[in-house]
Amino acid sequence: MGVGIKVEHLNAWFGKTQALHDISMDVPANHATAIIGPSGCGKSTFVRCLNRMHETIPEARAEGKVRMGDLDVYNGTAAVQIRRRIGMVFQKPNPFPTMSIYDNVAAGLKLNGFRNHKQLDDIVERSLKLSALWDEVKDTLRKKSGASLSGGQQQRLCIARALAVEPEVLLMDEPCSALDPISTGKIEELIFQLKEEFTIVIVTHNMQQASRVAEFTGFFLLGKLIEFDRTEKIFTTPSDKRTEDYITGRFG
Amino acid sequence: MPNSSHVAITPISVWRRSVNNLVTIAAAGAVILVLLPLGAIFAYLVYKGIGALNWAFLTQTPKPVGEAGGGMANAIAGSALILLIASCIGVPIGIGAGVYLAEYGRNRFGDLIRFTADVLNGVPSIVVGIVAYAIVVLAQGHFSALAGGVALAIMMIPTITRATEEMLLLVPQAIREAAYGLGVARWRTTLSITLRTASSGIITGVMLAFARVAGETAPLLFTAFGNQYWNWKVNQPTAALSLQVFTYAISPFDEWHRQAWAGALILIVLIVLAVSAVRLVAGRGMLKGTT
Amino acid sequence: MPGPQPIAKPEVVDSSRARAQALLRAGTNRIWDDIFQFAMLACGVFVLVLVAIIVYELVTRSSLSWHAFGWKFFFRSEWDPVNEQFGAWPFVYGTVVSSILALILAVPLALGVAVFITEMSPRWLKGPLAFTTELLAAIPSVIYGLWAIFVLVPLLRVYLEPFLGRYFGWTGLFEGAPYGIGMLAAGIILAIMVVPIVSSITREVITAVSQQQREAVLALGATRWEMIRTGVLRNARAGILGAVILGLGRALGETMAVTMVIGNRPEIAKSLFAPGYTMASVIANEFSEATSDTYLSALVEVGLALFLVTIIVNILAQVLVWSVTRGMPARGHA
Repeated sequence: MGVGIKVEHLNAWFGKTQALHDISMDVPANHATAIIGPSGCGKSTFVRCLNRMHETIPEARAEGKVRMGDLDVYNGTAAVQIRRRIGMVFQKPNPFPTMSIYDNVAAGLKLNGFRNHKQLDDIVERSLKLSALWDEVKDTLRKKSGASLSGGQQQRLCIARALAVEPEVLLMDEPCSALDPISTGKIEELIFQLKEEFTIVIVTHNMQQASRVAEFTGFFLLGKLIEFDRTEKIFTTPSDKRTEDYITGRFG
Repeated sequence: MPNSSHVAITPISVWRRSVNNLVTIAAAGAVILVLLPLGAIFAYLVYKGIGALNWAFLTQTPKPVGEAGGGMANAIAGSALILLIASCIGVPIGIGAGVYLAEYGRNRFGDLIRFTADVLNGVPSIVVGIVAYAIVVLAQGHFSALAGGVALAIMMIPTITRATEEMLLLVPQAIREAAYGLGVARWRTTLSITLRTASSGIITGVMLAFARVAGETAPLLFTAFGNQYWNWKVNQPTAALSLQVFTYAISPFDEWHRQAWAGALILIVLIVLAVSAVRLVAGRGMLKGTT
Repeated sequence: MPGPQPIAKPEVVDSSRARAQALLRAGTNRIWDDIFQFAMLACGVFVLVLVAIIVYELVTRSSLSWHAFGWKFFFRSEWDPVNEQFGAWPFVYGTVVSSILALILAVPLALGVAVFITEMSPRWLKGPLAFTTELLAAIPSVIYGLWAIFVLVPLLRVYLEPFLGRYFGWTGLFEGAPYGIGMLAAGIILAIMVVPIVSSITREVITAVSQQQREAVLALGATRWEMIRTGVLRNARAGILGAVILGLGRALGETMAVTMVIGNRPEIAKSLFAPGYTMASVIANEFSEATSDTYLSALVEVGLALFLVTIIVNILAQVLVWSVTRGMPARGHA
């Protein structure tokens, strides 16, 4: 079951430049929350702060409070541990090129010391089924390399890989932007299904995607959270004028 | 430039055309002139080397001066021993330094190390021999395979460091991020993901460094020193193929001259094998299936 | 809006999940990250330490000779181990002359090869040609020496040197008995060894010159050679100079092949037929037989000088090469 994320007064910097200003937001459990906004508004930065990926960039830092269930993300827990409970799927599919499909999915577990092969087999199968890739690769699991799949398949492989460590939250940073419409459709179906077990936060520059897939939406502009509400409300009767301008395409 | 249709376009002068052709011929001539010695060297190596190569050569130690027969078996083994020692020292340090430069050293201190590695690369091999003599032979009081190995390791390190760094930098940052995103610790990511992805390129670099030092003679002259007999001990003077070829070549004995050719042939064959192995490994491809 | 179709949900394997979770929650010590980084840093620092050791040993072990002879060490000609009088001038002379001779022979050839491969050769020939010239670089020095003793030297003795002596002896450069062994042989074998380096760096540098430069010249109606001369070589000037200096660096430090054919006599002569001695050769020949401390120290001092000269030459060369190739796109570490 997924848990919710409570963000309070989150600020983030790249060196001296401030990228996020005082973000506060409640991401509800077991739902999909979309983060939308024009380029450079801080959506990716925000999401990367949730699993402390932001700090892997040299000279980048973040301050504030992020709570996931009982866990304080920034205080008292190692980043590595956070990232095992909050998974991430990136914009461009990045399977490990020297590993087979099986090894890719199992990577998160194997690299963290999990050795039981029978259970690994089960987990790999389960993850690939969850990401709707199982039927397409079940015969070539160990023979084909992760990089030999098509773009859409690679992204589903990355989703399976993220799911294999059984996180409670899944962060997706524009997961479909490098994919064709058919693959995009398949992944959107997936998200719909995954919501039942995980909490999903999806960054997207495609507003139609947000309205298809997410129950909640947050609109970012210039590093600030302008509005956060149910998706229907954001897209039909937004409270803030800036939101309305973005939705109706006056900018962005 | 004013362009009038009344002016006939003059053809390129004969002079300019001839110069052009002459230069092309000269350049082609240069190529031939350079390839000639290469061909000649290989031809003589094969011709004279094969003549002197026999089973005895590969299995026996040198006979006393003046006697016919004998071989360089101990030199082949000695070279193997020295190269093994050199690799055990040079490869881990070289790769480690390369990892440091690529993953942690994108700063001024890293630049200093990079620069120093290049300086190290340019040190003449005979000078490396002097230094190995000073720090190993003098400290131990005798020549040894260890000293020879240390000298060769010093020469391997810059090449391996450079190759490792270059290959690691080619691994896309997205791969590392994928691992971080799974909650894999940084050290584990570097070891199991980044290094693994770059592995075939790194192996290429290591083998090239290996091939380069395999033929070196100068650094071994007063470190390993040479030996007429079998030696497997790390702390004794040891024969080496390149040393033996040198000693025989400058000797006044025809028999030894013959054997020098055979030894040289074996040496070049081993080096070619090492370089070919490189191409095979590199061909397996580090990024299978990606563009 | 029509919702996406639900997909079949797989069975949840609860016990495996619990176990996976438990294992994942264990062991997240930061200490391993620090240990690993430290180990890698140690390797990097080792490189620095190595060069420091080299400098230290060379300086301390040559101090005896330095104190005995001072600067003049490099300008004296007396090399007398018995009476402990050492002067390195013949070796300096020999090193310089053999290297310059090698460059005079090698540079035109290397440039010709480089230009041919990059600008004139048909596409299918480029790869094989490049590969074969690189092969020359892979041959060990001692094998060059072996071939030089038994093939090159007889050729010189029987054909080339008599020829040169007869027609060019008036220059003073080709006088004396044509033994074959001597400065000329050393210069020639060095030239062969230096060509691959100069040519491969020159190729790199030439390739770095942008296509626009070439097209600009061609568009003015130049022949191919004129395009190469003004559009390519002129722009790559600094880099080519760097390649030549790199070749010089290699020639200065070259030991085995030179030792085998130069004659190893600490003499200074105008004629190229005469034997000579280089800094690297004297160390190679006499180091393990050095009987006294001063003797050894003198040899180390020669080594120190060789080290310093080679370093300076190499740094100069790299700066020159870098100034041309720096326009090349940086390799990705995205």
